[in-house]
Amino acid sequence: MNSSSTAQVLDVEVEREDLEPRLRRTWQSGKGIWGALTTVDHKIIARRYIVTAFVFLALGGVLALVMRVQLAFPEARFLSADRYNQIFTTHGSNMMFLFAVPVMEAMGVYLVPLMVGTRNIAFPRLNAFSYWIFLAGGLVLWIAVALDAAPDVGWFAYVPLSGPEYGAGKRADIWAQMITFTELSALAVAVEIVVTVFKQRAPGMSLDRIPVFVWSMLVTSFLVIIAMPAIMFASSSLILDRLVGTHFYNPAEGGDVLLWQHLFWFFGHPEVYIIFLPAVGMVSAMISPFSQRPVFGYLALVIALIATGLLSFGLWVHHMFVAGLPPSGSSFFTASSMAIAIPAGTQIFCFLATLWSGRPIFKTPMLFVIGFLITFVMGGMTGVMVASVPLDTQVHDTYFVVAHFHYVLVGGAVFPLVGAIYYWFPKMTGRMMSEKLGRIVFGMIFAGFHLTFFPMHILGLAGMPRRVYTYPPELPWSGMNLFVSVSAFVLAAGFGLFFIDAIRSLRSGKVAGPNPWNCASLEWATASPPPPYNFARIPVVQSRDPLWQASSELPVATGLRVDRRELVVSSVVAAEPEARESSPADSIWPLVAALATTVMLIGSMFSAWAVVWGAVPIAIALTCWFWPKRTPEDES
Amino acid sequence: MKQVSIVSCLFLAVFTAGCTGVQSALDPRGPAAADLLRIILFFVFVCTSVFLLVMGALVWSLLRKPSREESKGAQERQISVVVTAAIVSTAAIIVLLTVVSFTSDRFPEYKEASSAAILARGEQWWWRFDYDGDDRSPGFQTANELHIPVGQDVRLRLQATDVIHSFWVPSLAGKQDLVPGRDNTITLHAERPGIYRGQCAEFCGLQHAHMALEVVAQEPEAYRQWVESQRRSAVVSQVAAVIAGRDVFMRKPCIAGRDVFMRKPCAACHTIRGTEAKGTSGPDLTHVASRRLLAAGVLQNSAGSLAAWIADPQTIKPGNNMPLVPMTSEELRQVTAFLETLR
Repeated sequence: MNSSSTAQVLDVEVEREDLEPRLRRTWQSGKGIWGALTTVDHKIIARRYIVTAFVFLALGGVLALVMRVQLAFPEARFLSADRYNQIFTTHGSNMMFLFAVPVMEAMGVYLVPLMVGTRNIAFPRLNAFSYWIFLAGGLVLWIAVALDAAPDVGWFAYVPLSGPEYGAGKRADIWAQMITFTELSALAVAVEIVVTVFKQRAPGMSLDRIPVFVWSMLVTSFLVIIAMPAIMFASSSLILDRLVGTHFYNPAEGGDVLLWQHLFWFFGHPEVYIIFLPAVGMVSAMISPFSQRPVFGYLALVIALIATGLLSFGLWVHHMFVAGLPPSGSSFFTASSMAIAIPAGTQIFCFLATLWSGRPIFKTPMLFVIGFLITFVMGGMTGVMVASVPLDTQVHDTYFVVAHFHYVLVGGAVFPLVGAIYYWFPKMTGRMMSEKLGRIVFGMIFAGFHLTFFPMHILGLAGMPRRVYTYPPELPWSGMNLFVSVSAFVLAAGFGLFFIDAIRSLRSGKVAGPNPWNCASLEWATASPPPPYNFARIPVVQSRDPLWQASSELPVATGLRVDRRELVVSSVVAAEPEARESSPADSIWPLVAALATTVMLIGSMFSAWAVVWGAVPIAIALTCWFWPKRTPEDES
Repeated sequence: MKQVSIVSCLFLAVFTAGCTGVQSALDPRGPAAADLLRIILFFVFVCTSVFLLVMGALVWSLLRKPSREESKGAQERQISVVVTAAIVSTAAIIVLLTVVSFTSDRFPEYKEASSAAILARGEQWWWRFDYDGDDRSPGFQTANELHIPVGQDVRLRLQATDVIHSFWVPSLAGKQDLVPGRDNTITLHAERPGIYRGQCAEFCGLQHAHMALEVVAQEPEAYRQWVESQRRSAVVSQVAAVIAGRDVFMRKPCIAGRDVFMRKPCAACHTIRGTEAKGTSGPDLTHVASRRLLAAGVLQNSAGSLAAWIADPQTIKPGNNMPLVPMTSEELRQVTAFLETLR
């Protein structure tokens, strides 16, 4: 519209060989520790997110092994009841809040900007802030574990057990504030992804050309935005009950115990899809190059993603079938819970159709896709079972449910995730992971998983409840429990080998090149690993599979400045370019704001006044963060 | 009923290889649990069939050699038809399962049971059962052992004293939560006399794993006798026996043990009807020696285990609400001897 007074340098004015060095100067993060603390590059932040989340996966896995040692024999004394309860609570909370949700969002943070062909995520400083907050939340939980003061009320923290009367000490407060940390970071990332997908797509990438993975991250982000406020209210009111004596959950004072369960599961069930939908997107991305055809049923898949997202808010009561709610209400939730099998089935059928009509190549990511199909379908079947009220009265809170949700979460989300790491590792690091080790990793994880979790179905039907730190020798459970415990070590060894492979490949893996799998989406159009500016020139998209087009060279758009960080803002539906927008420079203030927030949240476990005094440093940090720099505004 | 037992036996034989449990959804001993097993088996059958079909399709898709001649457009249309058919059949199966689930959920024959004469309360970490009295006789209380007559619907009112618990005796019925501030009910119906184990199914804190109960189903006559004996005070009967000159050898330690019980903090938490012990925070011990288990299923009841429990409850069931009461070994022997007489 108008040009600013400063002399600007557009990319069209720069020589071809001069363009990339100049862009690099503009987009490069700083050097050294200061650079590491101030960076706002979505790739660097996403890498940190992913590595941190996998560290939490490994720690949570160690806890699982410790539990399995305790449960290998009846009345074992390896762990005390108190320690066991801390460990199963931490295992669940850690896997859900510190591993599964963050790692899925992190994959989105890394891949979405690349897949939609932009140079950075929207709100990059918020992105940096979200990582620091996530890290702080994780540290709070794990320091509590180290101090033998970890939460011991289950990852669902039902009141009144977690309330002021029965949850002594600070354990339940640590749980509730860990939730606050992670929901903050999840909400921040969700907003970034929604805006990136809606407003920063490359010219020509209309809504019907967005990769399915990006669609899945978009739907997931909306789920986060809608579901997280429920848990935010729940955990805040729990803290209030514990800290200042409100009575949200105290039936003696007019509160209601079941209110907690409604709020928790209104968040808790969509949470499952927050983890699962990105995995569907990953499978859609991987199945296409390894079947050598575009994924079948693009429209059906996208509709199924949205339908799953909508339905996921209508089935929380199936976690409460034995709480004594009116039966007609429960029947409605049976119907809605079972109905989710229809979009889930649609996704599976589309994947099968892709395989059927394609020419499959059995590389490691594809093996994990096949493992996903087998395992997730089984988990879906048991999901239909637990959706039935009468059936659930027998299996609810037994090992049957433990088996079921590990089938859905590990089979449905972690298998695709590990496959996705094999698949995108070359993009992220420039090197391939080992195909030979990958096959062994898949074999061990797949076999170890089924040997560990299948017997749990039978254990549950045979009467073994969940969350017990031991069981009596008279009951016929010991043989199967020992078998499960031994198998768990096979599964863990598979993950161990995966970590070894990843670390080894970082240094000595085969050099990958930009597009080692011959894929069609935009992230493969740039170098591996991508330069700080992602694309030297913004690609122009003319089809759903831009890199599989007949023409050898991808058309590009020009006209962005190279002397400051600038990206293209496009329209929501058709992705027509609308404006050039500046993208924020590096800043230390997100870290400072995150530290101030951390101090406030930790303080609030001890005194309500911490919220008042703690708000001051946060306000200062935010003021500095948003201090106007007199940079010219967006230009059309 | 017959069919269900045959099917369940088969199921058991196949999947649990001879495991017999008194606490298993696969081993129903009453109509409710039998119905539930029927639904479980039906769902398992349908879901396994669907799973095998999908896996068949997966294997076929992976092994198939696509022919070069197939025209792309025609092939895509063909697949669309198949995928649509698969989605429609999924929906049909879902409707079927929902209807089956809905109709069997109504259980008319045992939802309309008589009014509840037994109140079951879950406490950290044991079960308190209050049997109502009637016009002529008072009620009584037991712990962790619920007696019911066979062949009848027995309705329990369920309440939680502290946190949420869940009442689950899988061989008789599905589970039902005990929620503070709410009244729930559950109906039990045992077909044959026997002992059916259950345990708390909702995580309720430190010793959640050690919160078991036993349902003792008896013939109506035996049940009536049990109720009669529970209504009486064991101490009164015992004193009568001692005075009548039976039980001479028991006399000294038993009387001394009663004295210890009343002098030490025991009486502050436990009731023994017929004595001055009237505490209510712990289990009623009026007939403690008649019970099969101690400490909500941690120990089999015997003189030795009772003494061990009194001597050191915190090692046997860490964190439970019974404190370690300091006693000399003589006092311990006496108090155990006293409690052993409370049949």
